[in-house]
Amino acid sequence: MTEPLLQVRDLRVAYGPVQALRGASLNARAGEVVGIVGESGCGKSTLAAALIGLPAPGATVSGEVRIGGDDLLALPEPARRRLRGERVAMIFQDPMTAFNPVLTLGDQLIDFQHRLAEPRAAKRGRARAMLARVGLPDPDLALHRYVHELSGGMRQRAAIAAALLMRPPLLVADEPTTALDVTMEAQILHLLRELRGEHQGAIVIITHHLGVVGELCDRVYVMYAGEVVEEGTVEEIYHTPRHPYTRALIACDPAHVAQGQGHLPTIPGRVPDLAAPPAGCAFAARCPLASARCATPPPRHRFGPTQVAACYAVAP
Amino acid sequence: MSSVAEALPASRRSGALHRLMRDRMGAMGAVLVAAFVAMALFAPWLAPYDPLKLDVMHKLMPPSLAHWAGTDQLGRDTLSRLIWGARTALGVAVSSIGLAGAIGIALGLVAGYGPRWLDMALVLVLDSLSSLPMIMFALAVITVLGPGKGTLILVIVLVSIPGYARLIRAQTLTLKNADFVQAERTMGAGPGRILARHILPNVVGPLVIVLSMDVPVVIMLEAGLSYLNLGVKPPEPSWGNILYDGYTSLRSQPALVIAAGVPLVLSTIGFTFLGEGLRDALDPRLKVGPR
Repeated sequence: MTEPLLQVRDLRVAYGPVQALRGASLNARAGEVVGIVGESGCGKSTLAAALIGLPAPGATVSGEVRIGGDDLLALPEPARRRLRGERVAMIFQDPMTAFNPVLTLGDQLIDFQHRLAEPRAAKRGRARAMLARVGLPDPDLALHRYVHELSGGMRQRAAIAAALLMRPPLLVADEPTTALDVTMEAQILHLLRELRGEHQGAIVIITHHLGVVGELCDRVYVMYAGEVVEEGTVEEIYHTPRHPYTRALIACDPAHVAQGQGHLPTIPGRVPDLAAPPAGCAFAARCPLASARCATPPPRHRFGPTQVAACYAVAP
Repeated sequence: MSSVAEALPASRRSGALHRLMRDRMGAMGAVLVAAFVAMALFAPWLAPYDPLKLDVMHKLMPPSLAHWAGTDQLGRDTLSRLIWGARTALGVAVSSIGLAGAIGIALGLVAGYGPRWLDMALVLVLDSLSSLPMIMFALAVITVLGPGKGTLILVIVLVSIPGYARLIRAQTLTLKNADFVQAERTMGAGPGRILARHILPNVVGPLVIVLSMDVPVVIMLEAGLSYLNLGVKPPEPSWGNILYDGYTSLRSQPALVIAAGVPLVLSTIGFTFLGEGLRDALDPRLKVGPR
């Protein structure tokens, strides 16, 4: 088995007293699409920022984020900067704000290639080719456009083009379809699925949308309150979810709810306060299977070669 | 800062100009400003007489065909002195505002983007500088250094920096966490590139407008201090000391005061209208894209 392209080990990020990530570990191999799902506040965005080595200022970070062998968090800033764009790039949630409003798309895409010692024309050519690749109609015109002159879908395509520009082995997409309407979402998912085939590296998709995961991913990590509670292939997570949280999450997915039922099921209770997280299982307070032992950290049970769930109640 | 010009492709620049010209007030301001700039640049060719040449035989003449704006108490041609005065006024205004703008941009970017302690130190200095009453401060500096154009520029620069730096700092603070700046960081850009290529072009627009609106203030200040004999030293023509000459002979020849007032009023109107027109014309969000 080859060395994973991305290896995150025991990643902990705290903003003051708030422990946003409490020891997350995950990995992604070349050619693999990995989904990270969880509800708001489970640490998804914090994880995304850590994956590109840009934790929020003031955050205390420990653990490892290895991309192609180098620990991004241990490197000094200049070396980290070099890895960004080259080895890892990011697709942002809101493509409207991800581009500089006073630069044309062309200028910006050329600027993204600042590491390359090439004439401007070559960079422009690469930008044009990439825009054409992501399906932007009339890429020559688009190069001269400002971001506010593009439609939402075109913007997200442009943002994907920007991330792919330097052909980084690791691509992180933070809620790539959240800001889009349903039609656009379908188109962008289609594009990402196409690119998946060509892209040699790994793609990490961070989302709260189970549908997106089902469409695109090979493997899934389910996060809850700053921890990975379950991991497995898409089939495993969808068809044989083990962790009570994963089960509840799938039960709440609108796509799974029978029509005409009149209301959406919800998970009762609230996400624990991450300033004072529980010592044991973070989901225990909301869990139907909870018992006294859940007050201590749950074991990570293996279910087959790829599925792992951190829960007492679901021992294989 | 070639990046600013590069950031505006031809279509956008001409689009802004086009919009400025469609706005009646903006167009009027632009024309007035252009006239004053031409006056300042081509003063030696435009002025019918030497502005310093005395002709006591024809002192305090009313406007005539020979002297369109009359003469002063030493018989110097007022129109020529006003034209040369434009050079003084604009020279002082442009150099001091340009210098203050450049320093203000640098300090504002550093304060907004740099470490917190540096920001706090700079804000402290800027706040204390701007807490000084302008005229008192000007008088104090002039007392120490003596009146003259250099002192005048120094005073204006010192007094103007805090406002510009604060404007730039505030915008830098909001922009440094903007998604597109973050996106730039994820592509491996360092602070220098982010500031010069991405934050600067976003913050200069508003500053340019403020700068153009400040030009008339500085022109008035220069005229005011020169009127008090604390600015440009006579016999060098300045609208302020021409106004003073007119004031001393108000009863015998009122034309002189009026003549000195006209360029002051017109330049103030011109720069203010231009500034407001620019504000509207340069806003990229108001633009309709080239379809």
